[in-house]
Amino acid sequence: MIAIAAVMVPATMQAQAYRAPRTADGKPNLNGIWEAMNTANWDLRPHAAAQGPVLSLGAQFSIPPGIGVIEGDEIPYLPAAAAKQKENFAKRATLDPEVKCYLPGVPRATYMPYPFQIVQSAKTIMLVYEYAGGVRTVYMDSNSKAPADSWMGWSNGHWEGETLVVDVTSLNEDTWFDRAGNHHSDALHVVERYTPRSADTLNYEATIEDSKTFSRPWKISMPLYRHVEKNAQLLEYKCPEFAEEVLYGPLRKKPAGSR
Amino acid sequence: MTHRIPVAASILATLIAAVMPAAAQTQPVAAKPAATSKTWAPPKTAEGVPDLQGVWTNGTDTPLERPQNLGAKEFFTEEEAAQRDKAAKEAAARAVGGRDTEPGTVADVHYDLTQFGLARFQSKTNANRRTSLIVGPEGRVPTLLPDAQKRQAARLAANREHQFDGPENRPLGERCILWPHEGPPMMPAGYNSNLQIQQGPGYVAVMQEMIHDVRVIPTDGRPHLAQNVRQLMGDSRGHWEGDTLVVDTTNFTDRTAFRGSSEKLHVVERFTRTDDNTILYQFTVEDPSTWDKPWSAEIPMSRIDGQIYEYACQEANYGMRNNLSGARVTEKEAAGKSK
Repeated sequence: MIAIAAVMVPATMQAQAYRAPRTADGKPNLNGIWEAMNTANWDLRPHAAAQGPVLSLGAQFSIPPGIGVIEGDEIPYLPAAAAKQKENFAKRATLDPEVKCYLPGVPRATYMPYPFQIVQSAKTIMLVYEYAGGVRTVYMDSNSKAPADSWMGWSNGHWEGETLVVDVTSLNEDTWFDRAGNHHSDALHVVERYTPRSADTLNYEATIEDSKTFSRPWKISMPLYRHVEKNAQLLEYKCPEFAEEVLYGPLRKKPAGSR
Repeated sequence: MTHRIPVAASILATLIAAVMPAAAQTQPVAAKPAATSKTWAPPKTAEGVPDLQGVWTNGTDTPLERPQNLGAKEFFTEEEAAQRDKAAKEAAARAVGGRDTEPGTVADVHYDLTQFGLARFQSKTNANRRTSLIVGPEGRVPTLLPDAQKRQAARLAANREHQFDGPENRPLGERCILWPHEGPPMMPAGYNSNLQIQQGPGYVAVMQEMIHDVRVIPTDGRPHLAQNVRQLMGDSRGHWEGDTLVVDTTNFTDRTAFRGSSEKLHVVERFTRTDDNTILYQFTVEDPSTWDKPWSAEIPMSRIDGQIYEYACQEANYGMRNNLSGARVTEKEAAGKSK
């Protein structure tokens, strides 16, 4: 039996043959509060440290360096899309939907620097993100279809051995992958893989395809770390209020500060 | 978000008062779910706790407060309840759809909810023989304590003449921060009054369609958050009492203001599945700064077919933009006229 299990381990997992504890209904137990620990939300690509877009915030909001999370290190943009990314980058302080507290979409929600929680049962798995109260329901073993595009897309999932595979479609075109202006169209299709790699870590992979934006599919991967502190919980992070000056400041009756 | 539905409800209350004859007293049905005539055991999750999972609606035609003329009458007969529900739906139909509107009027500008299937009468509502969601002989929210009335009045006075100055002068719902029905306690919304319950080991997650807010409620007996951490939806802790999930919520902000509540608001909810397609939802609220006694309500929730769709409020908040820019235009016009 051990030999057979070793043969069935996917290629990406050659170093690990970790078998996670099971839920009561016999599936790998992914329940818990997780968080990525990298700079992917700043920039998926490898990047050196750099000045942040708001000079008055100095070093506090400078851009930290990161080794990148993309397999092969590059995003295979089509030429027009590559130009658009550069334009996005130049105007990111106003164009990044994160500034407006918009839902981050998939996969960005996974690697925003805030925790998310997996609440798992047999027919559905709910992914609850602390940031902006984002939430997705993964419909297990389902061919259900989305009624319309949405910010967080529509997720159907199934198990492949130790791995939860989530097929995400019907994502709208309005999210970015990171703060560096990496973008996509409404043809985006994401396949995520969540694989336990130890008691307190998951391996997260997302394959991204979008024929209107990229010349081929590409993939990101990163570990996700369990919040092991006592009484860890998601807190309320309702950010619309923090975006009001940006969104509606010019529509005020008087300058900010007077009522 | 305008408040059409509460207006319709008060019209409805008047209609019911006018139409309903004084009926004979009916025997009140015991409110405790354990008193149902059949012993029905809810299915359990894989972890062995009652299974509350699925998509549910708490929509109802029963008003929160009992119409004054019904006095202590807590329950209608089946027939009276059906009449009440029918009248409510007819009133809702008249209020929002199928009516010729005069061009240039507010009624003409606002969209026709029936086109989107959002009119009250187009939603599933749960049959309920109660005359009010609030239980007990009074069936009404206790009077606000003097301090609470002062608080309310001060809040209104501060905002008078400033209602469209800026986003912070608008209601939390219009700002896409919190909708009034969300609670806790959870109240019926004007439309799409839907929620989804998801369970995992040691947690019950309750998600409301609007504004996709999720309470992930631990049932492991841990304490509440530190006192200085206040949240608009408070901080919830759950535990099981037999087959009932009991959820205790504290740590509210003073902006939550559930019917005028302060940050001392304390809510206890109970979820009991009473058959395959029904959850009995009960709540008790207390706030010594606001009401002189606790008050309780019951709202049946029934299962609905289908899945909850994304309600992206912040991302498409044209209401805020239009209200503020419209106010600026009105001011300019008024200033122009006064020259």
